[in-house]
Amino acid sequence: MSVTDWGWAVLLLPLAGTLIITFGWRVLPGRLPGFIGSAAIGLSFASAVAMLLALLDRPEESRSLVDSAYTYASTAGFEADMAILVDPLSVLMCLVVSGVSFLIHVYSVAYMESDRGYTRFFAYLNFFVFSMLLLVLAANFVLLIVGWAFVGAASYLLISYWYRRESATAAGIKAFVINVVGDVGLVIGAFLLFDATAALDFATVFERTPEVFATNDGQLVAACLLLLVGAFAKSAQIPLHTWLPDAMEAPTPVSALIHAATMVTAGVYLIARMHPLFEQAPAAADVSAIIGATTLFVAATIALVVTDLKRVIAYSTMSQIGYMVLGVSVFAYGAGMFHLMTHAFFKALLFMGAGSVIAAMGNEQSLDRMGGFRKAMPFTYATFTIGALALAGFPLMSGFFSKDEILAYTFNRGGLYVILGVVGYAAAAMTAFYAFRMVFRVFHGEPVPEARELEGGHLVHADPVNPATGEPEDTDVGFPGSEHHIAEREAGMKAAMGPLALLAIVAGFVQIPGVTDVLEHFLEPTFADSHYVHEHPSDSAEWLGLAVGALISIAGIAGAWFVYIRQPGTTGRLAERFAGVHDFLASKWYFDELYDRTVVQPFAATGRFGRTVIESAFVQGVIVGGTVGIVRAGSSFARSIQTGELRAYAALLLIGVSGLVLYFLIVAS
Amino acid sequence: MDVAWFVVLSAFIFCIGAAGVMTRRSPLVVLLCLELMLNAGNLALIAFSRMVGNHEGQVFALIVMVVAACEVVIGLGIIVAMYRRRLPIDVDRMSELRG
Repeated sequence: MSVTDWGWAVLLLPLAGTLIITFGWRVLPGRLPGFIGSAAIGLSFASAVAMLLALLDRPEESRSLVDSAYTYASTAGFEADMAILVDPLSVLMCLVVSGVSFLIHVYSVAYMESDRGYTRFFAYLNFFVFSMLLLVLAANFVLLIVGWAFVGAASYLLISYWYRRESATAAGIKAFVINVVGDVGLVIGAFLLFDATAALDFATVFERTPEVFATNDGQLVAACLLLLVGAFAKSAQIPLHTWLPDAMEAPTPVSALIHAATMVTAGVYLIARMHPLFEQAPAAADVSAIIGATTLFVAATIALVVTDLKRVIAYSTMSQIGYMVLGVSVFAYGAGMFHLMTHAFFKALLFMGAGSVIAAMGNEQSLDRMGGFRKAMPFTYATFTIGALALAGFPLMSGFFSKDEILAYTFNRGGLYVILGVVGYAAAAMTAFYAFRMVFRVFHGEPVPEARELEGGHLVHADPVNPATGEPEDTDVGFPGSEHHIAEREAGMKAAMGPLALLAIVAGFVQIPGVTDVLEHFLEPTFADSHYVHEHPSDSAEWLGLAVGALISIAGIAGAWFVYIRQPGTTGRLAERFAGVHDFLASKWYFDELYDRTVVQPFAATGRFGRTVIESAFVQGVIVGGTVGIVRAGSSFARSIQTGELRAYAALLLIGVSGLVLYFLIVAS
Repeated sequence: MDVAWFVVLSAFIFCIGAAGVMTRRSPLVVLLCLELMLNAGNLALIAFSRMVGNHEGQVFALIVMVVAACEVVIGLGIIVAMYRRRLPIDVDRMSELRG
């Protein structure tokens, strides 16, 4: 099989899984849908590996292949093929997406077992993986937009997965609406590019870009900014980020897969894929870099004070994606994609650990109520700590190499980019702090009753309540299942977390400055046309950056240790002392309130106006009511003539005929 | 003879028939009056046919007679049916089709 054949296999296996589970839900017994889903993704991952090997067999200059199955849409001056693009970038994305998805599927088989919507869950999950692979394999804007919209839909379905929980459906709607804003941006951006280049497939668009656009041409900058709107909505970057924390209403495996490892990195992929455009429009790239740096800083500050375990990880995801966006926006594509990969590993791992802890707490997510799980959950503790170390950028962990590489490239650009780099290091200190804030508050300290019970061998089964509102829920379909599953007791969950923990440790070694550059070298064919591909920071600069990063990371962890272990209660005093700052951060910089005032309320007012004035008064009253009145008056007149009196009919007939005759007589004379 | 006489006679008979239809309450008489109106029309047709000098009007009059015969058969059938069912033989009281 050729490279692209494997590419089609990668794409179609999850689709087959979706269809089998969707149409067989009534007859598939027990855990079988989960196994089918996992097998589909596992085979997809195997195909991705085969695709990688087949691609590596080819000479470097011919590692970008397009294969078209059929013409997807065709009209005058416009043709879009059902075509996939296989090049190192898409292969890397396929490997990360299918690999992490496979492990999360394996985890979910155990984690979601007692949920009544088990089959539905795997149908959605497979559909998501298919959409994501379609997004990364698309060879033209049309398929990209299709995949882009599909992942948004899958994300909506999975956030609202517990559809009888009102907070979950509200979060789903919020995520969908914000994502649609991004979709519209992407579509208009693609149109602007099509308008100028008269092409939709990436290769032709990129080829013609330097011909039709001058550097920083207005239309190109506009197109790039619109693409960025799409990227930012999908990747939860300020100002389109508010949906991501709310998306934590989804089951934890979904948070791990969609809202940490894969879908939210689509924006980074988009910027990397569109790099010839952004290099031609550096103004747009600078906007993107600034927003990435802002997001990584703001999200890190919020993560310091949020008390919901999953939301802390969600804000850390925003922050880490900020690093990636910064990386690809300063044209350090290798570094950005490197961080995307390592982040997928350690963030999925963190979410899986969080899922295990939340299950042990009986669906309780508040950090304030957790503590002392170290003895009760040794496996979760070990893997979660590895994930936290990688997130914190602890020396020699994967996040250490990837994050510092981005910052080294940022500093290398010089000028004002140095400010962005400094912001990155400041946020790195906070990252280390909040990563270990989670570790220390969940696993250290005095064991909570749930942890004590678990040490005694009993897993709590709390009354099912909504953790956000405290409302009681039943455990029927549309709500979380009645039983909980923790990693210590489920081989499947361990089997998923083990490899990820290993990867979180060793994935960084593919790219050690001055020692290895496997990933950079592998991605080179994709970015060969970049003007910045040979602008590396010097090895000494990178090592200096790594040393600074290591110190910052250790300082952050030490700070967390001091605050939470050495002198517990310090944070409470600090929060009291700086109540204003704490409230500001705990309210998430008031972004939700701002949007509520500026967007939601005006829209709601417009909607009310439309409903009361336009719909009720004008449409119902004047248009519909008027028509009804005319018809009613006419029919009551017609009815009044129908007396049933034969002689009256005869008289009317005669009058009518006489009238006609008279008329014709007058006309004729 | 001038065709005007025939037309005037026809109009008279038509008016008598129409007045009868509108004033009489017995369905039998109404049918008779209808017959008068039809025949007034026939008279006019034949008169004009003679004036023009072809036979089309006469053929048309024959067709009107056929229609009139059919109508009388149905009308009388209805009246006999009403009589058999002891319904009042009065057009004013047959107003079930009131709107």
